[in-house]
Amino acid sequence: MSQFSSIALPQIGSFALLLALALGAYSFLVGTFALILGGKESDYLSETARRAGIATFAAVFLASVVLVTAAFTDNFSVAYIFHHSNKDLPGPYKFAVLWSGQEGSLLFWSLLLATYGFVLRLRYKTDPRLFAYASVVIAAVQVFFLLLLNFAAHPFAVLAEGNIPADGSGLNPLLQYPEMVIHPPMLYLGYVGFTVPFAFALGALIMRYPGEKWIHITRRWTMVTWGFLTIGIFLGAHWAYSVLGWGGYWGWDPVENASLMPWLTGTAFLHSVMMQEKRGMLKTWNMWLVFFTFWLAILGTFLTRSGIISSVHAFAQSSIGMWFGWFLIISFATFAGFYAQNYKSLRSEHKLESMISRESSFLFNNLLFVVACFTVLWGTWFPKISELVQGNKVTVGAPFYNNVAVPVALFLLLLTAVGPLLAWRRTSLESLRRNFMWPAVGGLAVGVLMMILGVRPWKDIAYFYSLMAATLAALVIFTVISEFVRGGQVIARHTGFSLFGSMLHLYHRNTRRYGGYIVHFGVAVVIIGILGTPFNRDAEKEMGFGDKINIGPYTLVCQSYTQDDNANYSNEWAIINVFKGNQQLTTMYPERREYKASSQPQTIPRIYPTFKEDLFLVNDLYVVYEGRNQDTGRPIIKAHLNPMVPWIWTGLIIMIFGTITCLVPNAAPIRATVPARVQTAPAVGAGD
Amino acid sequence: MKLTIKPFLKRTGQFALLVVAVFTFLGVGDEDARFRDIGHHLMCVCSCGQVLLECNHVGCQYSDRMRGELAAALDRGDNDDLTIQSFVQKYGPTVVAAPSTSGFGRVAWIMPFAALLAGMAGLVLIVRSWRSRPTPALADGIQPLQGPELERFREQADKETDL
Repeated sequence: MSQFSSIALPQIGSFALLLALALGAYSFLVGTFALILGGKESDYLSETARRAGIATFAAVFLASVVLVTAAFTDNFSVAYIFHHSNKDLPGPYKFAVLWSGQEGSLLFWSLLLATYGFVLRLRYKTDPRLFAYASVVIAAVQVFFLLLLNFAAHPFAVLAEGNIPADGSGLNPLLQYPEMVIHPPMLYLGYVGFTVPFAFALGALIMRYPGEKWIHITRRWTMVTWGFLTIGIFLGAHWAYSVLGWGGYWGWDPVENASLMPWLTGTAFLHSVMMQEKRGMLKTWNMWLVFFTFWLAILGTFLTRSGIISSVHAFAQSSIGMWFGWFLIISFATFAGFYAQNYKSLRSEHKLESMISRESSFLFNNLLFVVACFTVLWGTWFPKISELVQGNKVTVGAPFYNNVAVPVALFLLLLTAVGPLLAWRRTSLESLRRNFMWPAVGGLAVGVLMMILGVRPWKDIAYFYSLMAATLAALVIFTVISEFVRGGQVIARHTGFSLFGSMLHLYHRNTRRYGGYIVHFGVAVVIIGILGTPFNRDAEKEMGFGDKINIGPYTLVCQSYTQDDNANYSNEWAIINVFKGNQQLTTMYPERREYKASSQPQTIPRIYPTFKEDLFLVNDLYVVYEGRNQDTGRPIIKAHLNPMVPWIWTGLIIMIFGTITCLVPNAAPIRATVPARVQTAPAVGAGD
Repeated sequence: MKLTIKPFLKRTGQFALLVVAVFTFLGVGDEDARFRDIGHHLMCVCSCGQVLLECNHVGCQYSDRMRGELAAALDRGDNDDLTIQSFVQKYGPTVVAAPSTSGFGRVAWIMPFAALLAGMAGLVLIVRSWRSRPTPALADGIQPLQGPELERFREQADKETDL
């Protein structure tokens, strides 16, 4: 690396960040002034604010490119690069350095927000005034992050001349995994993305925007954002499962909880917004829901960066927690102030006609999502509250959430099954019974089958939850299938198409509704994956050549151990053959690495899903090479048998497919060849 | 409208209840399950933030010893409460993976359900206020439909639009 680039890169980066702050501040201040001024004469000002917002994106993008370039050119004069990279770090991980530490991840957050703002400002012609409001709100959030980057967490801080080391400290080994290159961007796209519907909502509130157009405008933004957050959360769970080596995927850690909270309120918003679109109801509720979704995303960041809540994932304690604290207070006060000023414009246009209706199911669904969110928030904060009240900390771990959040989740699953069967306005009990009977029989049959197969709900509350979850998940799946079949039959009757063709047509004709059902189907599949947890088994053994571990129907035989070395790490792995009966299924290579730059060890578990052997009751065979016993020097192997887990990842794929489907525009309806109600006397001379 | 349950459904329900009842009386407990259960209610104190039975650190100074202590307590015949209390005395209150159900810890358990109840109450109030809202006035001479006639029109609309 040349002397010039060593000095110039951090200077360019710092300048780009300052420029971005100036442009962002211009976009916010002048944009606000133009909106206050109103009228034709402010259009010119508003346009300059819009362009400044677009230019902010260019400046933040430049800063991000500079940081990545510094990582790729091993510019260890930049303190951030020294702390999070090293010369032998593979290329993709050097790219991931951008979001691996505090300062870089804030820059990445700012980049994503600027990108969303860029797209929004390009599409301003849809509704220039509403977009101008949304643009100002986004600029305000952008300015906050740019203030942080410039004055509290500067990514281009340089080490003193003469103290520049020859190599960096390296990236945290836990982050050196392919999913870590995509998990944070997905999660951040989700977190940051909720700023857009919030910005439109706040704009609509300030404008006293008539009608539901802002909801239509933000629908796709919200869906896309929700999709990214969902992928981010699941990739995080999969990363924990594949890297941390404890055989689980969700530990109710505060950082995990921080991602779950906005997801819960965001999911509630996706449902309740339909009530506003179709019936002009829940306007106030939707405003607050979208605000809290945005607010919880920021709160999550506050939790993980302030050091206020201890977590194994959390970033080091730093002063930026205070910044986030103030931002949370100011954003809440701002929103509450505008709400108090304009709440009269949010009156519902209709009243609830019946408790057995789609509207009431959405009301309960929203209540349960919000209670679930509150439970997670409460559980996350309770150790701190306990410390303040009685002076000693307590732990709030999985047993708490399993006992409190799981019942709420089961009710939600029940509503997921029943909700789609209810019509808007009101549903007769007879029609509900008619539509619900076969799915209910199917769900009950699955429950009874599980008991016959040996699930004893009275032995452990976890088994009871598993049984309930299986029954309700089956109910959801049968409901979705019955909805497709019922709709398909109607179309088949009208058009003469085959049932399958009719179902396909139905699906294309109302992508949002049927895409939503596919998401529900995916959720049920995920639940099926989770309900295997109480039946997990594990075994641990010091294994020499030829030694065996029996776990469930599988036998693991140690064949050999071997070692390797490369520039980034040295490693040692076991070669283990897996048998079921006398048939060899596979060979697994659990690995243990020692990273050179950081001198940190890392286990790399190997996972074998038994789809080929047990299609539906699939197991994950999960093998960890834990290292060597310090006393005997013998290698220790730990094996887990995790039933049903592969269905979790399969469910995610289905959910994403459903989400993408919801984003596709509806196909045009086809005309019925024989209108059902026009079968009067045949015309004279027609046909035969 | 009165819901009539057909004899077939009644019998199906009774059969399901019978199956549940039969299986209810077949259950037995075991020591291994107690070890797993209590082990999942305790945290490893090595700062890994993991449940005792899930701590996987090679050379962890605590988890093996704590698992041994748990097995010994169960062998002695200590009940679940006594076993957990002995861990609390030795390692402090953070060793328990969930707040206690007594004292201030009880608040942790109550609050989510209190929130659910408060939410339900709020929902009832909202629904009541919606339902008590007057129906918009119609032009002179137009009578709003009621009862079976309204139901008939609704069903017809459903049939003709529900694709």
